[in-house]
Parts: sequence; structure tokens; C-alpha cells
Amino acid sequence: MRVVLAEDLFLLRDGLVRLLEAYDFEIAAAVESGPELDRALAELVPDVAVVDVRLPPTHTDEGLQCALRARRARPGLPVLVLSQHVERLYARELLADGAGGVGYLLKDRVFDAEQFVDAVRRVAAGGTAMDPQVIRQLLAGRAGDGRPLGRLTPRELEVLELMAQGRSNAAIAGHLVVTERAIAKHTSNIFAKLGLEVSDDDNRRVLAVLAYLDQGR
Amino acid sequence: MDRTDRRERVDRPADNDAAGARSRGRTVVLAGLRALFLAVVSLGGSLSLLVLSLVSLALVPVLGVGLLTTPLVVKWVRAWANWRRLVAVRWGGVRIPPRYRVPPAGAGWWARASGVLRDPATWREFGWLPLDAVLGFLTALVPALLLLYPFEGFALALGLWRVFTDGTYVGWWYGFVPVGGQGSALAAGALGAVLLVASWWLTPALLRFHFLFTRVLLGGGRGELAERVRVLTETRRDAVDTSAAELRRIERDLHDGAQARLVAMGMELGTAEALIGKNPEKARELLARARRSSGEALAELRDLVHGIHPPVLAERGLGDAVRALALRLPLDTEVTVDIGGGRADAPVESAAYFAVSEVLTNAVKHSGAERVWVDLRYAEGALRIAVTDDGRGGARIGGGSGLAGVERRLGTFDGVLAVGSPVGGPTVVTMEIPCELS
Repeated sequence: MRVVLAEDLFLLRDGLVRLLEAYDFEIAAAVESGPELDRALAELVPDVAVVDVRLPPTHTDEGLQCALRARRARPGLPVLVLSQHVERLYARELLADGAGGVGYLLKDRVFDAEQFVDAVRRVAAGGTAMDPQVIRQLLAGRAGDGRPLGRLTPRELEVLELMAQGRSNAAIAGHLVVTERAIAKHTSNIFAKLGLEVSDDDNRRVLAVLAYLDQGR
Repeated sequence: MDRTDRRERVDRPADNDAAGARSRGRTVVLAGLRALFLAVVSLGGSLSLLVLSLVSLALVPVLGVGLLTTPLVVKWVRAWANWRRLVAVRWGGVRIPPRYRVPPAGAGWWARASGVLRDPATWREFGWLPLDAVLGFLTALVPALLLLYPFEGFALALGLWRVFTDGTYVGWWYGFVPVGGQGSALAAGALGAVLLVASWWLTPALLRFHFLFTRVLLGGGRGELAERVRVLTETRRDAVDTSAAELRRIERDLHDGAQARLVAMGMELGTAEALIGKNPEKARELLARARRSSGEALAELRDLVHGIHPPVLAERGLGDAVRALALRLPLDTEVTVDIGGGRADAPVESAAYFAVSEVLTNAVKHSGAERVWVDLRYAEGALRIAVTDDGRGGARIGGGSGLAGVERRLGTFDGVLAVGSPVGGPTVVTMEIPCELS
């Protein structure tokens, strides 16, 4: 799997290259600035791009803008955005096109190599990887009595949270140490309570949940 | 609105068409009548207040009676001066900004009274009273007479002269015209006509001159500058205090947080290194702990950075930073931003961001609101922010609401904060920071 990597700090870039190579990714390019990233994304067309939000020359949200530009040019181009902080605002912009193949994670998540690599693979396959902190911000905005989320049981909320992060039923089952059948039951309950249409496609299901959580504001 | 409208009418020469003339005529008559009214009240009001204040000050040595009456008189003088300021802006478009010192929060009666007496503005107003009774009176009288006097000339010409003389001797003087018969009475009428034409052109301007004169006495040139220096000194001290306190907080947070966690991490790694040969299981456990510690240290640093300068503010500017802030709130929040593509200076952006953040935190904590509206716009050289919530109201500056801190922070940039929060709601907090966009 070919990866384009954009990270301006040498230490982190080097570390990411090593990590991804250790898991048999092929590093098509490892760049350190916005313009280079633009070029690499256009010319190399990687299977997935791993991009830091803040890049030279402006040191603002250059990386995010490059990613959004590239996805406008090539809808669904898988992009995993890394940042020192996560904002619902950015997540919303990344998800706006509804095409999937999007990841948005705190840089800390790299510490857990297994999970990080899993996220990269998921995004490359057109799935979603949202940082737990983003999901928590989303849930915080919609929790409370009288709202549909208030009708979910604590267990269902837990499942919803993991599902919104982009995990498959099998992964959720593994994480909560229950059977996949149990998770499937929770999932259909959640969708019924929230009035969402059930879909067999994991990716579309995640996007529906995220859109639901982000609506209204 | 009202003000500019009037000023235009005062300054613009009358148009030639009938409507223009009618409007000009109304302006002139209104100015004349107002001048007459002002002449009467400025003489009466300033003179009586002058007498009252002299008596009151003279009574201070007499059993301290003056100590009780003087604050009252000062209050009246202020009200009188403020009414004249109001009239100046309403009738003449002349702004005379008051420059009173604000009494410190929580000052008692005595501190307030003595503070008022030490305020240079108070003494400036005392000094204004006698001048207003004489020169203020005269400058108001002139435009009034210029409008009214011509009518005496007309009346003389129309036959009023017969009251004063039988035509054989000079029985009355109209201006410099000796009225001694129908002929000279007609001359008086002609002079009246000339004066009326002069009045047509001059009365509003002369009334404005009266207000300008009042401004010279009440507005205060050097006093204003001194006051500005005082305010600047105060806000600078506040700014230095705040930033020093911030630095102390950051130092403490780093010391107790991230720094301590890094030390712990180092120890865990060291122990793991020592154990890796003889007890790999234990070493693995320590390594996992070290990784958790590093995650926690990062989380703490992230919070700290957010408190110093939120990354989204650096990356996107004020508008999106406030949007991102609103998205983190557990309330329905609507944000409208209209500042064009420009960005204010980083310190202004930061102050505005933290002000909005504090006001929103207040709304979440105390108001019981369900919805919040944030309106952010740039107009007339200032950033204007309004935060409205549908909560229970009753918010005020001070009383632990954090709004006093916001007011001080904004003060550094000559910004102001106003709170409108009747009991029962809604609460509207408006902030204004003069600045330029780049």
C-alpha cells in the first residue's frame, strides 16, 4: 500500500516512516510542506495520505487545506489527518463531502502502533477513523434528557461511540469483549431509537451516525 | 442619527426651492427659540447653582453642615452640566464627553464623596458656573435676539412708533436708528429686515457657537489628556499584572503537570530497562505505563497550549475559532461572523477570543440558557461582539461572574463591555474593541 506522508518536524516524520515501513507500507513520498504535498498528492496518487494539519509555509492549517483540495480534485482520495489538537469544526469540513475515506486523529494515537496502523488501513479502504475526542465533543453537544441520545442505554452509548470512531462490528465486539451478534443487536437498537436507516455497509453506517451526531448546529 | 441630521441642516446653505426655504426657516426659528430658552435657563440655572455651591462650601467650617450639603450640590451641578451636554449634542451636534472618574468598586459613601471632590472634573464644573451665567448667557442671547429683534423694527414701521413719539422728537432708539416719525420708523423696519436676513444665515451657527463655547469650558483640553494618561496607566498596570499572573499559572501547570509526568516516565523507562533481562513481563508492564504517562503529559500540554493561545485561533483566525468554541459547548449556539477576510492583530484576536470564551462559560454555568447567539462583526473601526442567551438573566459585572476580568482584559485595548441582563432574561453582553484589520 503506497502512502504519501506530510509532517514538518523531522523527528516525527522519521518516526512515522519507520512505523509505517515496519507494517509493510510503501512510502511513496515523505514531504515537509504544503506545496510539496500538493504536488505529491496530484502526481503520485497514493492509496492513502497521512497529513499533519499544520505545515509550512504558513504554519496554519495548510495540511488540512491541501487534503481538502486534493479530495475535491479526486473525490474519495483517502486522507488521514493528524493534529496536536482536534476540533469538531475540522472534522465537519473533512466529512462534508460524504465520500468517506477520511481519518482525523490526535498525534498521540500514533503511540498505539497497532491501532494507528489499523486506522490507516481502514481509511485507505474507504472507511472512517475519527478520534475519540471528536466523538466525545459530538456526543457532549447532543446529550441530555429528552433528546434521542438520552434514550440510549449506557452500553448502547458505548457502542455508538466506538461505531462513530469508525470501527466495524467485529472490532467493537473485540474491544468490549462480547460477541458480534450482541453488537449487531445493539446496533439495530441504536438505529431504531435514533430513527436512522440501517445499512449493511459498515462505512455508510459510520457516515450516517456521524452526520446524525453533527446535525442541527 | 438625529445628530448628523441636525448638523446637516445647520451647515447646509438653504436650497433655492420652496421646500428648502421652508425647512431652513423652521431650522432658524427653532434655533432662535432654543437659544432664547438656553439664555434664560443658563442664567437662572448656573447662577442659582453657583450661589448654592458657594453657600454650601462656606458652610463647611460651620459645624460641618457643608460636608453634608456639598455632595448634594455637586450631584446637582453634575446633573445640570450633563443636561447641557445632552442639549449640546441634540440641538447643536456638539459632543462634550464627560470625563468623570469612576469610583472604585466597593467604595463606601465617604470614599465616593471625597473621590468626587478630588475629581478635577468637579472643579472644572464649578468654574464653569459663573462663566456660563455671564458668557454662556450672552452667547445664547445673541442668536435669540438676532431672530426676535427684527420684529420690533417691523412693528415700529407698522405704527408702533406712535406709542413713543408724536413725530416731533426722538422717542425711541431702534439699534442705531433714532425713531422720531414714520420716516425713521421705516428706516428701523429696513434695519430689521437686514437683521432678519442676517438671522436667516447666522442664528443656527451662532447657537452652535454657544455649544462650542460650552465645550471649551466643560470638555477640558489638558484635563482630558491627563485623564487619558491616568486611564492608560491603570490599564497598563492591569495588563502587566494579568500577564504576570498568567505566566505564574503556566509555570505552575508545567511544573506540576507535564514536567512531573516526564520525570515519572523517565523512571519507568529506566526501571524497565533494568528489568528487561530478568523479568520481561514486569518490564512490559512498566513500558505500557510509561506510554500512558506520555499520553497524559501530552493531554496536559494540549490543555495548557489551548489556554495560552488556542491552536485553531492561530490557524484560522477569530471567526472560526469562535465557531470551534461554540461547537464545544453543550448548548445550541448560533454564530454569525461578518469581519470580511481581514484579521485583527494577534493580541486583539486573543483578547476577543478569551472574552467570548469567558462570556460563554458564564452563560453555560449561570444562566440556565438553552440557546446562545454570538454575533461578531467589524464596523466603524471596531470589533463588535454580542453574546445573547435566553437564560434567566440577572448577570452583572463583578460578583464573581468573571465579567469584571473580561472588562479589565478588554480595557488594555481601549475595549469596553456592557451587560444588559434584566431578571428573567435575556442576557446580552456586548463588547467593542477598537482595532484595525489587516
